[in-house]
Amino acid sequence: MLRSATTPVLSRQRLGLAVLWLVLILVPFWVPFVGGYTQLAGRALVLGLAAMALNFLLGFTGVMSFGHAAWFGLGAYGTGLMLRYVTSSTLLATVAGVLLGGVLGTLLGRLLVRRRGVYFAMITIAFGQIFFYIAYRWNSLTGGDDGLRGFQRQPIGFGRFLLDIQGNDIALYYYLLFVFAICVGLMGLLLGSPFGRTLIAIRENERRARFLGIDVERQIWLSFSLSCFFCSAAGALYALLNNFADPMTLHYTLSGEIVIMAVMGGMRSFWGPLLGAAVFVVLQDYVSSMTVNWMSFIGLLFVLVVLFAPRGLLGVLQRETPR
Amino acid sequence: MTQLVLFNVTNGLIVGAFYVLMALGLSLILNLSNVINFAHANFLTLGGYFAYVLIPVIGFWAALFVAPLLTAIVGIIVERLMIRRVYGRDPVYSLLLTFGLAFILQDMCRYVWGTQGLPLAVPASIAQPLSADLFFITGYRVFMVVIVLVAVAGLFAFLRYSRAGIRIRAGILDLETVAALGVNVQLLRSLNFAVGIFLAGLAGVLAAGQIGLNPNMGDSLLMPSFIAIIVGGVGSLAGTLFGGLLIGVAAAVTTVFYPTAADAVIYVIMALVLLARPRGLFGEEGMMS
Repeated sequence: MLRSATTPVLSRQRLGLAVLWLVLILVPFWVPFVGGYTQLAGRALVLGLAAMALNFLLGFTGVMSFGHAAWFGLGAYGTGLMLRYVTSSTLLATVAGVLLGGVLGTLLGRLLVRRRGVYFAMITIAFGQIFFYIAYRWNSLTGGDDGLRGFQRQPIGFGRFLLDIQGNDIALYYYLLFVFAICVGLMGLLLGSPFGRTLIAIRENERRARFLGIDVERQIWLSFSLSCFFCSAAGALYALLNNFADPMTLHYTLSGEIVIMAVMGGMRSFWGPLLGAAVFVVLQDYVSSMTVNWMSFIGLLFVLVVLFAPRGLLGVLQRETPR
Repeated sequence: MTQLVLFNVTNGLIVGAFYVLMALGLSLILNLSNVINFAHANFLTLGGYFAYVLIPVIGFWAALFVAPLLTAIVGIIVERLMIRRVYGRDPVYSLLLTFGLAFILQDMCRYVWGTQGLPLAVPASIAQPLSADLFFITGYRVFMVVIVLVAVAGLFAFLRYSRAGIRIRAGILDLETVAALGVNVQLLRSLNFAVGIFLAGLAGVLAAGQIGLNPNMGDSLLMPSFIAIIVGGVGSLAGTLFGGLLIGVAAAVTTVFYPTAADAVIYVIMALVLLARPRGLFGEEGMMS
């Protein structure tokens, strides 16, 4: 997507994109035949969005957040709380979730922009845990340890047409895909714009970008905020998917999982994180049904990816991009 | 009321002492190798379990030293086999690697010793309360504080006076120059890692004597240790020491007045410090960027 290249490559990429979207659209029809179920595909799609949102920052700005579960979880809680206490509109609830995570991320992001590398990661982890403890302790509002229950996604009406995402898994999947498409489309547009080029310039050589007159702190803050908004959109969808918001969606364990999805898929590629998320979700589903020691397997996956496939699945397939 | 506050301040200092042991090790590894060791809490747990196995064989006093030593040896093996491969690479890899290691170590402890909590036998001579009024000052707590003080003093003496310690401090400032002067940097990093893990193992033995053993016993210490480092200032071990004690006491005092917020208060402190003094209380300019 971001390769400046000759025409044949471009058309091959267009073809690839068309195939990808076709595969995504047809998920409810082919997934049952390979032993999956639509709910699982929904999970992969939602976590894929989260990983792509993280990668906006990690892969395309070169800044490592290890606390993105916070924005994901806030999106989930925002949506859940809205549906439970305020409105029965799924759309409004989704927007509320996106705003809750996005706005808080933007505010806290201001404190982060001067940090780099491991220190940025460390502070994002710690910030993320604030919200975990709030959700964990504020029993009366959030349900504490048990998570937030007692809300249901509601069918969405478009005039006379009613999309029954409540009872119909396939309709739900298409709602998820709809929001996913909006977010991913926006990300693609942003990365293709001069702003996106600026981010890549910062990633490649921050000092040079600064000398070129780029306000690096401001651009990183903007990138971080956008990433938070996209990630909380994923969280909002996650709450709808499960009719449940879990404090563990705020925990740094999930942050680490989102990062491994992005890295495993290939953090230099736009679609890599989606692939990484799909592989991770399927693997986790399979391994946790096979053995109680699934944690070791997931841990081993982390170690193996880092030691033997640091460029990720798509990174291995792609040629080295010319610098 | 005074007694209640005093009780909690004592508690806070003891919890803070654990944060300090954890955070000093994390800080050493972070400063020299630029690696956040996510598995640090799991090495702590491993230290506790090693003591559990060793005490029936060699007794408490020997285990207090041998268990952390064994943990440090496991640490060296892990560093040599895996962590050294990610030095100098994008920090995302070291984070993911140690994150995966944390999963594996935790699952191993669960597999070997079970999920059930286990008690760690402490010698009767140090398990008695020392005073009827101040019932919370047991011999074991005094003992823990003394051991932590000795360990911290030992660490600072090691870093100040021993050749290896001086090299570690020099390496934190400028590893390239240290390497150019003919120091074996790989070895230095291994040693530094082992020292950090030794401190975690020691904290594990002490904590196990107080709260017992379970596979997740270290987890609650990891985040506060991060915060101790951030609050104290990255790059400053004295800052880490102060930060650990500060957040330990702050959390404990909050418990008296508003228990619900006890977990959150340390994050508030962190946010305030980052706002007012981004480099941390004792941090040097530029260390965190």
